[in-house]
Amino acid sequence: MSIDKKNIQHIATLSRLLVSESECESYSGDLSNILGLVEQMNSVDTRDVEPMAHPLEITARLREDEITEIDQRQRFQAIAPEVEQGLYLVPRVIE
Amino acid sequence: MEWETVIGLEIHCQLATRSKIFSGASTTYGAPPNTQACAVDLGLPGVLPVLNREAVTMAIKFGLAVDADIAERSVFARKNYFYPDLPKGYQISQYELPVVGRGHIDIEVDGTLKTIGITRAHLEEDAGKSAHEGFADRTGIDLNRAGTPLLEIVSEPDMRSAAEAVAYMKKIHSLVTYLGISDGNMQEGSFRCDANVSLRPRGEETFGTRTELKNINSFRFVEQAINHEVERQMDILEDGGSIIQETRLFDPDRNETRSMRTKEEANDYRYFPDPDLLPVVVDRELLVALQSKLPELPDQKRQRFMDDYGLSRYDSGVLTAQRALADYFENCVQSADGEAKLCANWIMGELSAALNRDDRDISNSPVTADMLGQMIKRITDNTISGKIAKQVFEGMWNGEGNADRIISDRGLKQMSDSGELEKLVDKVISDNPQQVEQYRNSPEDKQKKLIGFFVGQLMKATAGKANPQQVNELLRRKL
Amino acid sequence: MYRQTLSELSDALVQKRISSVELTQHFIDRINIHNPVLNSFITVTVDAAMEQARAADAKRARDETTPLTGIPMAHKDIFCTSDIRTSCGSKMLDNFIAPYDATVVEQLNNAGMVILGKTNMDEFAMGSSNETSYYGVVTNPWKDNHVPGGSSGGSAAAVAAGLIPMATGTDTGGSIRQPAALCGITGLKPTYGLVSRYGMIAFASSLDQGGPMTRSAEDAALVLNHMAGFDPRDSTSVEQPAIDYTDNLDNDLDGLKVGLPKQYFNESLDSEVAVVIDNAIRELEKLGATISDIELPNAHLSIPAYYVIAPAECSSNLSRYDGVRFGYRCDKPRDLLDLYCRTRAEGFGREVKRRIMIGTYALSAGYYDAYYLKAQQIRRLLQQDFKNAFTDVDVIVGPTTPDVAFSIGERTEDPVSMYLSDIFTVSVNLAGLPAMSIPAGFKNGLPVGLQLIGNYFQESRLLNIAHRFQTITDWHRRIPEAFQ
Repeated sequence: MSIDKKNIQHIATLSRLLVSESECESYSGDLSNILGLVEQMNSVDTRDVEPMAHPLEITARLREDEITEIDQRQRFQAIAPEVEQGLYLVPRVIE
Repeated sequence: MEWETVIGLEIHCQLATRSKIFSGASTTYGAPPNTQACAVDLGLPGVLPVLNREAVTMAIKFGLAVDADIAERSVFARKNYFYPDLPKGYQISQYELPVVGRGHIDIEVDGTLKTIGITRAHLEEDAGKSAHEGFADRTGIDLNRAGTPLLEIVSEPDMRSAAEAVAYMKKIHSLVTYLGISDGNMQEGSFRCDANVSLRPRGEETFGTRTELKNINSFRFVEQAINHEVERQMDILEDGGSIIQETRLFDPDRNETRSMRTKEEANDYRYFPDPDLLPVVVDRELLVALQSKLPELPDQKRQRFMDDYGLSRYDSGVLTAQRALADYFENCVQSADGEAKLCANWIMGELSAALNRDDRDISNSPVTADMLGQMIKRITDNTISGKIAKQVFEGMWNGEGNADRIISDRGLKQMSDSGELEKLVDKVISDNPQQVEQYRNSPEDKQKKLIGFFVGQLMKATAGKANPQQVNELLRRKL
Repeated sequence: MYRQTLSELSDALVQKRISSVELTQHFIDRINIHNPVLNSFITVTVDAAMEQARAADAKRARDETTPLTGIPMAHKDIFCTSDIRTSCGSKMLDNFIAPYDATVVEQLNNAGMVILGKTNMDEFAMGSSNETSYYGVVTNPWKDNHVPGGSSGGSAAAVAAGLIPMATGTDTGGSIRQPAALCGITGLKPTYGLVSRYGMIAFASSLDQGGPMTRSAEDAALVLNHMAGFDPRDSTSVEQPAIDYTDNLDNDLDGLKVGLPKQYFNESLDSEVAVVIDNAIRELEKLGATISDIELPNAHLSIPAYYVIAPAECSSNLSRYDGVRFGYRCDKPRDLLDLYCRTRAEGFGREVKRRIMIGTYALSAGYYDAYYLKAQQIRRLLQQDFKNAFTDVDVIVGPTTPDVAFSIGERTEDPVSMYLSDIFTVSVNLAGLPAMSIPAGFKNGLPVGLQLIGNYFQESRLLNIAHRFQTITDWHRRIPEAFQ
């Protein structure tokens, strides 16, 4: 399976990555090669094989419903690019 | 052509846990922005989610209450999309294996019962909030709400009118508050819904193209939004047009739905099992334990009100629609020494009207259940008449104290001294010879009407404090 | 001192032949001299380290010690540290100081270790050569112009060159074992779930696992004692009874059943490396092991499955880097979309972007079943292969890598050739098994690693085998000439 430049632009948009025209070309080559490698998977029949999402066959351990966190806004926002009045700022979002 | 409306609802119900679904941050409403957003809620690098037991328990309780299949094994997935109120770039939700499967509830519209199917209910985390005001070219993001547990309850497309949709939403609201799994506060966004609406020619089996109406946060808006959307779709279809499958936003100010800006690319959420979380397994024992601890639910309570208090089906329905109202009623009956019917009448009449007028909730009524019950006791022991009781109620509503205090402060006690009353009766008879004459010359059935005049005079003379029964008796004898 | 193992240094501290301050100063001096050549550290924390060393000495005076108290160490720059920048080898996090410590950091701090700094790595742990780091390539201490392996290349090179006795690493598809092999040190990737992932910046959450990178198996055991353990903050952390991993180090290997997977000894393995591995296997035989051939029939599918699953998880894990709450933000974003697209295009390097796009593609509508679900099914087959193998043998042994370190730049233009350097390591991550790489010899002056793969939670057994091997060999004691 090869991925053309149009595919690359679509994936890049979904991934929120700006990809220039020239990069598009090389990504298209790289990704096609990688998919070529990946498609070796098709050499084996996996009908009736249960997909494995996780290495260990253990189940969720649940947390008790307790408040364990304190307000650390100042600390957390000290590393933020842009904040005002306790809010994180982004370019205006039109809804 | 005659069209049939088809409606399905997705209700987002905020669960009343203390802490968030995947972190130990508080869920309290109304804190200053981002003071209740911890590292996990903010999606900082390296931090990990741990599932809140109570959220799972609450979801199961709901499932049991709607007679649903509870999944022995359910899985959390990631729904991937970018938005500033979604810190991780994905929402943790349940996709293929939700905790609550197929169930159903009954609704009643105009006295007709109808069963509405519930497709599923799944747990997920809420997103944050955007603030558009106050910044010239910026939007502010508050992530306090991010990570609050939600139960998304998806119905089958079983509703055929806005009224049914409202009845369904009210019924679910009543269920979750009865179960104590949500505060159901619609102003704070704890209970909101999306409605899927489509039309089809009556008799047609296949569904028409549907639109999704987003984020409706009141019962009134559900009705308005659906009715407007139905009209809009009907206009298009009647003109031979076709409906575009899209998401629309209801604008209550303009009373219309409008298309949300369609994004350039179609949504592709790329769901996959969240590798940070393991499958949730619910064992039979837990189900049995939770089942046995379920509170009395609205339908059961309604039946009991009919059986135990002799109330009508309608009255029982009204009184059990809200758990708080039902509790109020039962407390009131207790204080009123079992005068259930009188309590029901007062609650559904005077009290409801006052609550409505002042836009108050039963939970913050200035007249408590005990106060109302005590007052009703004064009616039954003939201390006051039903008419005077209205004055007493107003007094209690306005904070003048309890019934006894108002009765004594205002001197509203009924005249029980028959000697004094007799004197007044004699006076009324002697003051109105013409009416007495007319009364005495009338046949019995007419007398019944004419006696009203004398009763009225007596009430006027006693400022309503006379016991109407006693007055009637005396008059009949003397006339 | 730099020639000594961590356990030897620990003894010296216990016997008060040396203080932690002296030891720390010694390694700071070595870092100052050699790091400009190696580039194995992204951040060096001299003052904080000296302070921790003094505190460690004070603890020793009060007898409040563990075997690790006062020992200098470094963290791979993927572990969050509350006072030190955590870059993850990326421009995206060049300015990021985490407001918390990773559990592993907390545990080793509590054990009294002294943090000397944060080591270089492939960006977000995506790479096999350390060439994708925003902070430049790391040199292999054994040969100029050769890669140290990756992604824990900085940790491996620093330990190999004697700049630090121990460093942490993380292993998603071989990122501890492959650089350990290429730099001639001992690296352990524990069973998935044994070491907490909290505060360890995620690459592929169902594969990532932290572990120690040391000069010897005994050192790895000492460190694992403090790295392993249940963590309520990590849902995938496993509750296991606490074990002392040093307890069984000297156990006899008589009757140990060693399996050699045929699929690891095929044409993809360099012939000279094969000879080194054969010799190592003979050493195991001398120690009492019996050797047999085994089959891992689906081994050839591990790279294809890995390069779906790891990128899929990474594409989602890396969505949080959006320039809103922390980290890099592009200059003057025009609108929201521009903020996202430019921040991420400028903040991430090429390999990271490649993997995000592959992962996005594999999860997208219409491709999920053919790629992601298929890969998960292959994953099950691979796990089944291992389960079958472990019914016959105690440990699986083979080469860690198909060849020794390659030269810098050799594979950067061809991602697929780079990916194939992990051909013997990724299946272990897909199955979640524990595995080690230990030094087994040299080819043309470059180290060769021997890989030991154990059954779930058999770290103790692996460390025992590795330790016994190291008692009759001295490959692990070699120090590259330039750093002596």
